[in-house]
Amino acid sequence: MSEISNQLESLSYKAQQIANEASQLASSVAETSGGHSDFIIFGITVLVLACFVGYYVVWSVTPALHSPLMGVTNAISSVIIVGALLAAGPVDSNISKYFGLVAVTLAAVNIFGGFVVTNRMLSMFKKKQ
Amino acid sequence: MSTLTTAAYLVSSVLFILSLRGLSHPSTARRGNFLGILGMTIAIVTTLSNPGVLSYKEIGIAFLIGGLIGTSIAVKIQMTALPQLVAAFHSLVGLAAVFVAASAYYNPSAFNIGTVGSIPIGSLIEMSIGTAIGAVTFTGSIIAFGKLQGFVSGNPLVFKGQHFINLLLGLGIIALIVKFCIDQNQELFWLIVFASFVIGVLLIVPIGGADMPVIVSMLNSYSGWAAAGIGFTLSNNLLIITGALVGSSGAILSYIMCKGMNRSFLNVLLGGFGGEQAASAGGVKDDRQAKQGNAADAAFMMKNSKTIIIVPGYGMAVAQAQHALREMGDLLKAAGAEVRYAIHPVAGRMPGHMNVLLAEANVPYDEVLELDEINRDFSETDVAFVIGANDVTNPAAKTDKTSAIYGMPILDVENAGQVFFVKRGMASGYAGVQNELFFRDNTLMLFGDAKKVCEDIIKGLEN
Repeated sequence: MSEISNQLESLSYKAQQIANEASQLASSVAETSGGHSDFIIFGITVLVLACFVGYYVVWSVTPALHSPLMGVTNAISSVIIVGALLAAGPVDSNISKYFGLVAVTLAAVNIFGGFVVTNRMLSMFKKKQ
Repeated sequence: MSTLTTAAYLVSSVLFILSLRGLSHPSTARRGNFLGILGMTIAIVTTLSNPGVLSYKEIGIAFLIGGLIGTSIAVKIQMTALPQLVAAFHSLVGLAAVFVAASAYYNPSAFNIGTVGSIPIGSLIEMSIGTAIGAVTFTGSIIAFGKLQGFVSGNPLVFKGQHFINLLLGLGIIALIVKFCIDQNQELFWLIVFASFVIGVLLIVPIGGADMPVIVSMLNSYSGWAAAGIGFTLSNNLLIITGALVGSSGAILSYIMCKGMNRSFLNVLLGGFGGEQAASAGGVKDDRQAKQGNAADAAFMMKNSKTIIIVPGYGMAVAQAQHALREMGDLLKAAGAEVRYAIHPVAGRMPGHMNVLLAEANVPYDEVLELDEINRDFSETDVAFVIGANDVTNPAAKTDKTSAIYGMPILDVENAGQVFFVKRGMASGYAGVQNELFFRDNTLMLFGDAKKVCEDIIKGLEN
């Protein structure tokens, strides 16, 4: 029984080693290929297409609702919180994490503030009775 | 990034697009806002489930503090102060972008972009551009906030060599970014941040208070591009898509505002327009006498009118006259008149500001019309009631080629049978141009505070 567990232990140790080597290899490959240079062109593609979507969607917004539009865009631009959460995520405390936590707070002010104020504006728009 | 995460981010992106789409009509707008909240929730939950995100407690506290602050501000804010609020919020997005970039610089492994000192050059470029835009958005929005709130003078601050200094600073930032991408030096990173802070201030100080709708929209756009920049650093499509949506939204709003003033975007950005300078230069002494009326006359004449168009402007917002105005409108409707409101694209201090103020005063949105929708109707209207607006009604924009506002689309109130003009005094408007309309035969000036005048008219109508 103990033999099997020993074998298992050594096996898992080897698996761990292989995993480490693989990840090192992967990161060195990534570095030699210039990080994520593939993503840049992919990202630009997405950016350009999203600009076209934005163009058509925003022109269809009625001028009467341009203030709420600014409220909503303000709130959703705080989607930057995704980056802030990744920055604040690690357990060990360092400067990077504190920067992340500050960014989380700032983005949260905006998310809540933006959506709440937009909701307040929109709830006032009423049709003729 | 796992397939599931990518898919969830895609769902969020689509919800954000639908959220803006909802704003095409007031009846679907609240659902749109809800879809935006849903999209944001999905984005946050998805990110929290990332294996690298472990410090839930600290994150929870930070999120809660921010959420409480944001909510309490948004619940309390007066609708007249919306422009400043939006400017202040933009500054936070900018600052958050700077912090995220700084965090990525000091701990790149959390973002899968190499290790400290050996960040791939592509990521460095994206990071520094995102930082620069974020920093400009931050200080620029703070100055815009100060001008709107009255902390900073609303007059344009112009000095010699201003544009040259801005150009030098801009080139300096580009040089710093290039050097930073080679050296990865932390002093350089903070120098980029600092230089961008400075240029953000310098870009906005020369711009006058009434040009702020353009500037607030422009900063809205910047905050989007900052988010997109960070999206490239994180290789995250959600941030890129959202950034592009917000960026193009702000750009389109700026364009609409510029067109509403018949000025080029560059002309607004170079600044120096309006304020005391323009008023003293263009405010020619005029010996002509404008006809002055009183509230009782106005009440009597409007009571006997069939059609009335009310033209509100920023002065109405300053005097908080929207409630009294709506009450006046209700009494006139009860007396059998058709009452409508005409909104110029640049009325107020942010796009659509007048519409929100009128909605707050319970004016139904189908009585509030845009310039193109209502302009033709002035000629068949008995009374045009201008309250707190000035330049947007000046017929000189159509006839006088030397006028500062020549070519600006205006509301044709001059065509109405009778024009009432509520104003505090004979001072010229923001553009520093005398309004021809004051001296027309069919114009009566009602001098006084906008709210007070409305209340006096209400008294007259009730008698």
